[in-house]
Amino acid sequence: MTPDVAQAMEQVNAVASAPDDRRKKISMVVMSGDMDKLFGAFIIGTGAAAMGMEVTMFFTFWGLRALKRADAKTGTTFFGKMMGLMYGGGIEKASPSKFSFGGMGRWMFGKMMGAHNVATLPQLRDLAIDLGINMYGCQMSMDVMEIPQESFVKGVKDPVGVGFFIAEAQESQVTLFI
Amino acid sequence: MSDTKPDLELDLRGLLCPMPMVKVSQNISKVPVGGTVRAVATDAGSMADIPAWAKSTGNEVVQAEKVGSEYVFLVKRVK
Repeated sequence: MTPDVAQAMEQVNAVASAPDDRRKKISMVVMSGDMDKLFGAFIIGTGAAAMGMEVTMFFTFWGLRALKRADAKTGTTFFGKMMGLMYGGGIEKASPSKFSFGGMGRWMFGKMMGAHNVATLPQLRDLAIDLGINMYGCQMSMDVMEIPQESFVKGVKDPVGVGFFIAEAQESQVTLFI
Repeated sequence: MSDTKPDLELDLRGLLCPMPMVKVSQNISKVPVGGTVRAVATDAGSMADIPAWAKSTGNEVVQAEKVGSEYVFLVKRVK
């Protein structure tokens, strides 16, 4: 080994053995707008943030509901307005994936969770923003469902696409699809 | 049992996952490095979560024990 190579190897070894001080990262796709799955997503997200991780949540399709303000009106075309009417409201309108019973399930689960003192979905979302979780809407599904950025709560970052998510996911130690 | 008086007391009774861990995480920076937080929770899951949080964030659980129906933690801020 020539001195040059030896020096280069030393450098490589120094880099390889250097402790990685970068924050660990978790990236999530949140496609579901179901109450129970949103609970899962936000509990994992806020828990990871508390544990010192950098958290990215990418909301797409039904998951966009989680970002909407309660009073948001969405839709510009006939179909978009219909969708806004039928699937309107913010995160507090999310119903469980099972035992929905046309809204009864939401009420029942709300009661049960309240009795056990679990944080509500709006509280968890506010906490997520407070903890600095990076929340993004998917531009494509926002366009399709006619849900503009203005209908989201404060703290949601500007919309992104799949390329952005993949770049985040590549740097993440944990990735989830919910 | 540790005899040292904690720098901060946290009442986490009644809170469920993930709140006990989140509260410890939000409050640890209120004590100086080397200082301690004493937290009392009723969530049995926190017995696993708070030590895991400490390991992940580089802090130290000095004490974690079940006292009656409660879980008492003494957490030391390491950095």
